Amino acid sequence: MKRITKLETPISFISSAAVGGYEEKRGPLGNKFDFCDPSDKFGQKTWEIAEGEMGRVALNTALTKAKLSHEDIGLLVAGDLQNQCVASSTGLHSFGIPFVGVYGACSTCTESLMTLSAFMSTSADLTLGAAVTTSHNAAAERQFRTPIEYGGQRAKTAQWTSTAAGAFILGRTHGAVEICEYMPGRIIDGATADGSNMGGAMAFAAADTIINYFNESGESASNIDYIVTGDLGKVGSDVLKEILIKELPGVERLHTDCGLLLYDFSEQDAHSGASGCGTSASVLASHFIPLLNEGKIKNILFMSTGALMSPSSLLQGENIFGTAPLIRLKSTIGEKE
Amino acid sequence: MDNKTKKELIIKHSPGSTILKNSILAFIIGGVVCSIGEGLLMLYSYLGADKKTAGTLVTISLIFIASFLTAIGVFDKIARYAGAGTLVPVTGFSNAVTSQAMDAKSEGCVLGVGSKIFTVAGPVILFGLLSGVIYGIIFYFWNMILPFIN
Amino acid sequence: MGITEQFLLAFVSGGLVCVVAQLLIDLTKLTPARILVLYVSFGVLLYAIGIYEPMQDLFGAGVSVPLIGFGANIGRGVKEAVMSDGLLGAITGGLSSSAAGITAALILGLLASILFKTKSKRM
Repeated sequence: MKRITKLETPISFISSAAVGGYEEKRGPLGNKFDFCDPSDKFGQKTWEIAEGEMGRVALNTALTKAKLSHEDIGLLVAGDLQNQCVASSTGLHSFGIPFVGVYGACSTCTESLMTLSAFMSTSADLTLGAAVTTSHNAAAERQFRTPIEYGGQRAKTAQWTSTAAGAFILGRTHGAVEICEYMPGRIIDGATADGSNMGGAMAFAAADTIINYFNESGESASNIDYIVTGDLGKVGSDVLKEILIKELPGVERLHTDCGLLLYDFSEQDAHSGASGCGTSASVLASHFIPLLNEGKIKNILFMSTGALMSPSSLLQGENIFGTAPLIRLKSTIGEKE
Repeated sequence: MDNKTKKELIIKHSPGSTILKNSILAFIIGGVVCSIGEGLLMLYSYLGADKKTAGTLVTISLIFIASFLTAIGVFDKIARYAGAGTLVPVTGFSNAVTSQAMDAKSEGCVLGVGSKIFTVAGPVILFGLLSGVIYGIIFYFWNMILPFIN
Repeated sequence: MGITEQFLLAFVSGGLVCVVAQLLIDLTKLTPARILVLYVSFGVLLYAIGIYEPMQDLFGAGVSVPLIGFGANIGRGVKEAVMSDGLLGAITGGLSSSAAGITAALILGLLASILFKTKSKRM
């Protein structure tokens, strides 16, 4: 079974935008976000609508940066953390762009970019597309955990769902940052039913993807600058490192995790790190795309990690499954510094 | 990799709760909450309430305080340090009810607040009453057979 | 018994009741909601076997403020109702004696939901 697809047509990033809330603004990447609302409400009545609005602001910003109108975009691939991906529909309906909704829990960002580039590479008419991913802390707490004002203690292994959105405009053309390969992730048993330890559960999916990528492509680790995972947090990153040291020694040094980059652990009580699909989307838009754009890094493997579960499956004691789709991004300008 | 190996890997890298610190905080804050209850109990008795009424008033007062602190967004900030120290006193029950009610407001008054308000209160009331009913039945029949035993 | 002793007994006993719950949360898989249910039922049991009342006389609010007290209250209501009404009391007693706490919590919760808005969580 071959899992890696090389894109024959060039698919490049035209623009990207990151939007966040209060804690994201306080974090080390806060100044690189395009817009942050310290109230986390984005002027909306409910947290659910606020998540949608975040996606709208992100896409609008990305369109403005690219000097494009919504009418130029042929396809919108988007997803979020709410039931039936309703944040994407409430937030993005006003653009009127043909829409494909995707759900991959926290793997949504990579999943949407992978889906969009696959569509674009096979359709000559589809010259411009957009991908949007959102997650909102309050909406996720309400749906998956406890009421916002509930007084509880979070486990050390628990992660903080980010209030963040990332939007990307892709073009069917050569550009500074290109998607050159994609590889869907398999569904891997996380071996735990503990909803406060999603990072640990997802680490095995990330390991499966990385091991398969290097085995199938025969790529040397020296050609890759970073292997970026979505939201494994401290626990998941440690588990992944231990597996990689055993299976692919040397590769573990390339690993970095968006869940560890979004917040400042000395200032912010993020426990194991950030989670939520907005985490990898906003870190990609605010951190890695600019680095690739400036040619400071040349090649990254970007894989958002998703913990596949529902409130019911957790209550029923079912294991959390993980998945980790991968895209390879390359910078076409400059040399590695 | 089988699930047993995976589980061991996760446990190996998962930091446990800081049990000693959590216990000390739960002890101190739980103790303080109960002392406040004791103070109120004395106050209501001093004002002329009988033992049973004073106890009921203490419960209502603590429920009010916890509900108010929840409403203004302070309770969860105390509880993350206090843990069981604010959960186990009647304050935790009150917080669970108020936080659920506030949270469900966006889904409407009847099917939102009206039903979600019982998410935590419901099980507590249900199983409390169940224990009561079992006790009542045993107590009733115990009293019936007691004369025969003697 | 002096006021200081009464406060001290309430503080220490109340604190210990909370520590037991904290240890149950940290060392077992028991969720907070299960702890609450456990404590209420345990309160009924303590009352039923006749341990609760002497404890309350000694420790005061230290045992009546935790949910054990809520459970014991249900137990007391059931016992009194069975004594006056017979078997029917097993059904009516529990809710009558715990009415004040339940009603206060529910009504105040409803009121809070009308008067206040939730603010997003901070780390």
